[in-house]
Amino acid sequence: MKHATRKATRHISQNEGLIFEKSSPGKAAWKLPPLDVPEVDTAKLLGKQERQDLGSMPEVSEIEIIRHFTRLSTWNYAIDLGMYPLGSCTMKYNPRVNEFVARVEGLANGHPYQAEKVSQGAMRIMKTLSDCLLEITGMDAITLQPAAGAQGELTGLLMVRAYHQAQGNARKKILIPDSAHGTNPATAATVGYAVENLKSNERGMVDVGALESQMNEDVAAFMVTNPNTLGVFEQEIHKIAQLMHAKGGLLYMDGANMNALVGKTRPGDFGVDVMHLNLHKTFSTPHGGGGPGSGPVAVKKILEPFLPKPVVITKPDGTLGFEYNRPQSVGRVRAFYGNFGMFIRALAYIFANGPDGLRQTTEDAVLNANYIRKGLEGTYDLPYSTPSMHEVVFSDKVQSKKGVRTMDLAKRLIDYGFHPYTTAFPLIVPGALMIEPTESEPIEELDLFIEAMKSIAEEVEEDPQFVLDAPHNTRISRLDETAAARKPVLRWKP
Amino acid sequence: MLKAIGIRSVDELFSPIPEQYRLNRDLAIPRQMAESEIVDWFKQRAKENGDGYTSFLGAGAYLHYRPVVIDALVQRGEFLTSYTPYQAEFAQGTLQAIFEFQTMISELTGMDLANASMYDGSTGAAEAVMMAVRVTGKRGAVVARSLHPEYREVIHTYATHQGIPLTSIEYTASGQVDHRALEAAISDDTACVLIQSPNFFGTIEDVEAIAEIAHKRGALLIVSIAEAVSLGIVEPPRAADIVAMEAQSFGVPLGFGGPYCGVLATKEKFVRQMPGRLAGQTVDKNGKRGFVLTLATREQHIRREKATSNICTNQALVALMVNIFMTVYGKVGLRELAKQNLAKTAYAADQFRKHAKVLFPGAPRFNEFVVESSEDPYAINSRLLGHKIVGGFPLRKFFPELGYAALWCCTELTTRSMIDTAVGLVADSERALRSMKEVEEVAR
Repeated sequence: MKHATRKATRHISQNEGLIFEKSSPGKAAWKLPPLDVPEVDTAKLLGKQERQDLGSMPEVSEIEIIRHFTRLSTWNYAIDLGMYPLGSCTMKYNPRVNEFVARVEGLANGHPYQAEKVSQGAMRIMKTLSDCLLEITGMDAITLQPAAGAQGELTGLLMVRAYHQAQGNARKKILIPDSAHGTNPATAATVGYAVENLKSNERGMVDVGALESQMNEDVAAFMVTNPNTLGVFEQEIHKIAQLMHAKGGLLYMDGANMNALVGKTRPGDFGVDVMHLNLHKTFSTPHGGGGPGSGPVAVKKILEPFLPKPVVITKPDGTLGFEYNRPQSVGRVRAFYGNFGMFIRALAYIFANGPDGLRQTTEDAVLNANYIRKGLEGTYDLPYSTPSMHEVVFSDKVQSKKGVRTMDLAKRLIDYGFHPYTTAFPLIVPGALMIEPTESEPIEELDLFIEAMKSIAEEVEEDPQFVLDAPHNTRISRLDETAAARKPVLRWKP
Repeated sequence: MLKAIGIRSVDELFSPIPEQYRLNRDLAIPRQMAESEIVDWFKQRAKENGDGYTSFLGAGAYLHYRPVVIDALVQRGEFLTSYTPYQAEFAQGTLQAIFEFQTMISELTGMDLANASMYDGSTGAAEAVMMAVRVTGKRGAVVARSLHPEYREVIHTYATHQGIPLTSIEYTASGQVDHRALEAAISDDTACVLIQSPNFFGTIEDVEAIAEIAHKRGALLIVSIAEAVSLGIVEPPRAADIVAMEAQSFGVPLGFGGPYCGVLATKEKFVRQMPGRLAGQTVDKNGKRGFVLTLATREQHIRREKATSNICTNQALVALMVNIFMTVYGKVGLRELAKQNLAKTAYAADQFRKHAKVLFPGAPRFNEFVVESSEDPYAINSRLLGHKIVGGFPLRKFFPELGYAALWCCTELTTRSMIDTAVGLVADSERALRSMKEVEEVAR
């Protein structure tokens, strides 16, 4: 290592092949109880539908399974190991009590079709979470059904379309700022809307003038992330809302960055008509290496009739029930009621924080981002000087003069014991470094991060090739992604 | 920190929010709770939620035993608290696990390859339909009515705005897809035929025959699998072009309906039209084997509105549960497990048949069967609840023509004594109604 780091040291990690390479006949990690009903003749029952062979499925013992997955796990970085500053991903601490309560028998084993009489506990969780999220967002009605943020967007836009259709004109397009996350345009396309891009202004915010000239009766909605992907609060958000409403359009807010707002301001109050939340970002449910997520969608009264069905309601006798009779509903977006296990975790997080805790969480998240901004300003180029909320976006403008780009800096950060920030996004900042520390990081960890980033900047000046060759301390060096895509090997073969 | 940043109070950081929209009060949500209070609150809710009941419910969500190593391993922070493995050097554990998952799903479904996961079986099926439309350049989808009704609803939601016309195909007296009606329903503009096997009634379809009907007209065959354990003993749908699977049965808790684990598997030639993440094998600059997310040009973060799907976060940790489950049972265990499911179900169906009508004879089934009673199954179930038994799923909500029929499910966890108790209670109801009828007749 060129520069010493206080954060990480090399240590032994175990080699481990694919599970199939450890398999041999006769090894087993399973045991079934003796059969208490008569044996069956499978050939007679299934005929030609009987499967004869399970091919190359593995045969391994329990200790081999434990070691296999434990060894693999040690090759991952994780929030539990340190700061994970992926911008817009909100990699905050995932409290263990969430995992504990999600596994309580009765909740973990509840069947989605068991009678309402014996589902009151699950429905109470859904109702309480819904009430909390409505208060947090300042909206009127909510569905918990969408499985992740992108499906929340889909659900939200389906409701937008249904709303306009009910007015007699579904309209043709969705306006999306050029700083938006890729799911926004992809979702609009799925719902059958054309996408029209909107340029940001020199402060990194929505250009209200441009919006005004692009807004007309063909526009169904404007999809905005607030704070946007630069970590900047859209200060004219209420004007944006008025502008949309004046021409009959709706304002959709992507709630990916809600961690900057909870307890400090409410989208419902500043004119948002429909928004999704990411429980796996703002509400601490674990990312799990890429899911499961959960993407509730909260709406204003005018959109309530279009919510996916079923909806949890309180019946006259005070018990809870699912209401299916909703003629204007957009339908179902997934089977059953959503990622219920995530509802439990999110609600446990809300309970653990309460009103004061949630407010402080937001304040700490914004404070941490600004501390990093201050610490790295001058070392890295700050393309927009607009105040930052929960994340800050730098660029590789200075370092790229030496041929070192944001991805190279990110790979070098790995050697310093940190997960990289989000690279090359948002698209409006060439060579972006998007950093979101979240509220979870103590000042000691933030200082280590700033120190690492400054050290890397020095390395770029002294020996750019060394940074270009990073990472140096991982099990494997940079992988050949081109070869992987050109001739895809997507499974093991004997 | 404030001093370092150069501000006097945290509130200054929130000055970009227009003053009239700043929240100057506490949120009206429950007060902060201690960990012990949180645990208590959820344990109370569990008590209101059928804790300790025996259940005969399946219908797309199955209670199988979950080996304890699953939770021991998925709760390792390195799996639980990591992000999507975009930075491959720092995420080889997740990537290799996905690669193994893709391999086992391909092997079990008889397909060439599989993706890293979809949200669930229903959205996976909807995505498969849209994929078939892209592959064939045709528009329509023919969907079996014996596909899970909630999957059908989800497909309807997705298809509406893609301009994909849906045609429904009935089932026959054996519970299988009506082949002749299917043949008639396929047109030159049919992109795909979508069936479930074992279907919603538990009946196993003749996939090969259906594939032939679909392929003859240039349509793809999509097979939805809601009960993954069936793959241990039921011939996989090798003749299908896309398999849209719900893998919940493989080690994922029922969890009141989610999170579950959808997954798509397909033929190699269709891979570039497949949505969802894919892990691929490659080498680093020293020639060492490693894994990366690949073929990202299909995905939203690269292609935006031209992507194959808007899917981003999916079900990685749940897929890891599935992965560990498949590894634990493996080549031999999966078959033995499936065999026990088959045996329990055969026994239960035989017992029910002595007292009530078991519908859809003549076709093989896996671990579900339909019982028609003389009394409303809602009434029977409400009586069963008194014995701490959750009875079969009444079908008339989705299939009004089936009247008093209910879908029952047995797995390896269903004991003979549970079956006998449930059968006894249903038999009581049948007897009571019969004698009531006799009394009425005599009176007449």
